Amino acid sequence: MSENLYRRVLVFANARLWQLVHIDILLIGSLFLLIGGGLFVLYSASGQNAAMIERQIFRFTAGLMVCLVLAQLPPKYMRRASPALYIFISLLLIGVLLFGVGAKGAQRWLPLPGGLRFQPSEIMKIVMPMMVAWYFSDRALPPSFKQIVTVLILIVAPVLLIAKQPDLGTSLLVAVSGIFALFLAGLGWRYILGAAALAPIAGFSLWQVMHDYQKQRVLTFLNPESDPLGSGWNIIQSKTAIGSGGIYGKGWLEGTQAQLDFLPESHTDFIIAVLAEEFGMLGCGLLILAYLLVIARGLYISAMAEDNYARLLAGSLTLTFFVYMFVNIGMVSGILPVVGVPLPLVSYGGTSIITIMATFGILMSIQTHKRAR
Amino acid sequence: MSRQHQQFRNYRQEQRLTQNRVIAAAIFVLLLASTLMARLFYLQVIEYELYQTKADDNRVMLVTEPPPRGLIYDRHGLVLADNRPIHSLTVTPERVDNFVDLKEELSKIIDISDNEWENFEDRLKEYRRPYQSITLKSQLTDEEWARVSVDLYRLDGVQVEAQLTRYYPYGEAFAHAVGYVGRITASDLEKVDKQAYQGALFIGKTGIEGYYEKALFGEAGFRKVEVNARGRIMSQLEQQSPIPGKDLHLYLDARLQQYAYDLLGDYKGAVVAIDPKNGGVLALVSKPGFDPNLFVRGISVADYSELRQSKKLPLFNRALRGGYPPASTIKPFMALAGLDYGFASWTERYFAKGYYQINPDGRRYRDWKRSGHGWIDLERSIIESVDTYYYQLANKMGITPIHSFLSLFGFGRSTILDLNGDSTGLLPSNEWKKAKYKEPWYPGDSVNVGIGQGFMVATPMQIASATSALASRGRYFYPRMAETLGDQPVEFEDDLGGEHDIILKDQRNWEKMVKAMRKVITDSLGTARRLQGTEYVIAGKTGTGQVFSLQEDEEYDSEKLDKRLHDHALFIGFAPAEDPKISVFAIFENGGSSSKPADLTKKLFDAYLYDKYPAHYDYLKGNDNE
Repeated sequence: MSENLYRRVLVFANARLWQLVHIDILLIGSLFLLIGGGLFVLYSASGQNAAMIERQIFRFTAGLMVCLVLAQLPPKYMRRASPALYIFISLLLIGVLLFGVGAKGAQRWLPLPGGLRFQPSEIMKIVMPMMVAWYFSDRALPPSFKQIVTVLILIVAPVLLIAKQPDLGTSLLVAVSGIFALFLAGLGWRYILGAAALAPIAGFSLWQVMHDYQKQRVLTFLNPESDPLGSGWNIIQSKTAIGSGGIYGKGWLEGTQAQLDFLPESHTDFIIAVLAEEFGMLGCGLLILAYLLVIARGLYISAMAEDNYARLLAGSLTLTFFVYMFVNIGMVSGILPVVGVPLPLVSYGGTSIITIMATFGILMSIQTHKRAR
Repeated sequence: MSRQHQQFRNYRQEQRLTQNRVIAAAIFVLLLASTLMARLFYLQVIEYELYQTKADDNRVMLVTEPPPRGLIYDRHGLVLADNRPIHSLTVTPERVDNFVDLKEELSKIIDISDNEWENFEDRLKEYRRPYQSITLKSQLTDEEWARVSVDLYRLDGVQVEAQLTRYYPYGEAFAHAVGYVGRITASDLEKVDKQAYQGALFIGKTGIEGYYEKALFGEAGFRKVEVNARGRIMSQLEQQSPIPGKDLHLYLDARLQQYAYDLLGDYKGAVVAIDPKNGGVLALVSKPGFDPNLFVRGISVADYSELRQSKKLPLFNRALRGGYPPASTIKPFMALAGLDYGFASWTERYFAKGYYQINPDGRRYRDWKRSGHGWIDLERSIIESVDTYYYQLANKMGITPIHSFLSLFGFGRSTILDLNGDSTGLLPSNEWKKAKYKEPWYPGDSVNVGIGQGFMVATPMQIASATSALASRGRYFYPRMAETLGDQPVEFEDDLGGEHDIILKDQRNWEKMVKAMRKVITDSLGTARRLQGTEYVIAGKTGTGQVFSLQEDEEYDSEKLDKRLHDHALFIGFAPAEDPKISVFAIFENGGSSSKPADLTKKLFDAYLYDKYPAHYDYLKGNDNE
């Protein structure tokens, strides 16, 4: 009897301890699961490149720092900083168009002293939902028509700036993060259905402003076999890798498509194909399950948050994270056109790890700074 | 104001609104996640086999290794068709970004002729396994090889490959007998196993090389390899070594072949020598020949059109395909036919005038000797080659017995066992004339056939094989080129391949005919008396083939005639007459008098029987211990 009580006290104390250092143990646990599994796949996808794994671990460590630092920051400060951040990043986006550097005809980075580069559009993925959440933080929900229009303008302006770089993938994700906040704020279903009905028109308009290479991607997506050696190659090879993995996969480091370089960008955007080839449908299922764990925790934090700002921000960030994963797996498996979206926390690469980890820092902050009731 | 407004807000309701939206989003998330799982299920379970095959097709490549080709030897172990290592410059098109740049870069290093480049571009368009290299320049010299090797590292897709190529050391005299290999064409590939010939440089086209292609080729080896996306071989999965082609030993005597070729001099013509004991072809000469090595790596257009357009027809195999009137060389066979069918006898005497008439007032068929031969018998008709005797004999017999008797000796049909494309010549018959001309056979037709003219056409190979049957007193062997293949004697299918005995009603007639043919040389009136003075006995028969028919009263005068219209000079012979080891047929096209082929034949006998070759043929001696 007394022993049982002792245990319950200990559990409570521990929970209080995590609360004290502002770490959400469930969220960080599922993140580590995802990251750990991802490193295994990356090791195989990179051709057993230990140096690449080291760099990736270094990035995760840096991302974890950002995450933990942000977790210490109470949501109210974030809320107050939101509009200023929004304006600042928007100005930087204009700066990118004026002074940006980049490759392949796109300007995405601002040069920093010391040869470093900085991609403001990446940060906009977080700042956009912050701005929308801030807008609704002291307004009654659901939003009025006038408020909806205002928010849409807030969303569209930076999205256009990013699309102009051009960076279709990021601009869509930024737009989506703002729209999610709007949705959680209670955007009327009739608006949502109306927008869905207008989607073909929007698609057509989008087609008009798209660059040729972007149009080519869509065309190739619709019929990859039309250009088997050119832009269709990637999707044909990734489908082959996924399909040939079967249920159980060919085994770690045994995927021929991945190991023999038939799979392009196997360690970045197409890394899920490596997992699918070597670990089969079971491996993919486990990965998606790990993502769903993270997302479930994020949505729970959102639902349980104290105020509208926290709820909208947490929910929007979580759903954007889901969109990342959905768009990536969708494109690699051939149900969505190829847009350059990495698989979050698994693909090799820099900037997105930091922003994604920052997202979870914000989520943990929201969860752990609740006033005791 | 704003504070007051906030007080009226229903926070609980707003929280519920957002929470409901979160639940809606969660359902949305689950739905989309299920879509992904469904897609993975579709690819990985339903379409698994399709993609598994695709993945294997991607990575597994079958590389064929051509086997070394079997060598061809003469009867003394001299190599007539050899394999020589060469280095060739090859290009893997998949690894080349820009062919124009490549051509420019390569031209700085070695000479690439327009012809070589065009051939390369042609082959680029042909069917080809991905990542299979194409030869751009073959048989690099040592200097070219060295120069290219230095720069190989920066020429993507270019490599130097060591290959074995066919080489014919003795060239043109052997071209029609041994044949040659040439580059494989699309139509060749339809006849063979495409897979096995993948990577092979050439295929046997003519002669021995063509007929024994399958055995000489051997069996291709395979390597199943795993390649990466750039076609580089990463590992070997399975291997089957190539089985080298079998070596072929011919009956052909290289020295005899070359000697016969040289003895034809500037004449066009053919010589076929056969061992009467087994039908083995000792020499098969068609002059002029050509350098078979030109064909091995793909003959140039200029060289080919030169060969094609030459009036001497060097590419035409006269020994197998040349259709000649056998002329008087047919007389021993006609005489035997007459004896066997009872239209002639050794004792019966005949008065040979200078001409023969079927009817008292009819056309006069002239004898070569205008004054006639007087009273003669059958033996003398052979010795002096009396035309009128055979006119009357053929007229008496009619074509049917002639046809059936001569066909026993191989006339009118394909004779050589192991060479393709020999002509059947023409052994005329009643039925043939009806079918061809819709006319009956006339006695005059028989008269002409009696001296091996008229409709009768034979190839040198046929006449030689018939002579060989005569030499062996009725044992007929189908002529054959190859004695052993690998370690096994070459065997042929029974319907054609065996031998048969020609049984005469009186078998003594063989010996009597040989005796008559001996007297062609020994008798003071014999048509080949110039061949006297040998330490062995020769039996033979001369022949003079008309290229065109003289008018009845026209005199043949070689001085006035274009050389093109000169008579063909023929000779058949075998030696030693009592136990023949070699029989020969020789024809000098437009050679005029039959003394030329007779002299040639005697020299071949001297050479073959007593090793009397001019000293400079020693290089063709071969090594019997081999």
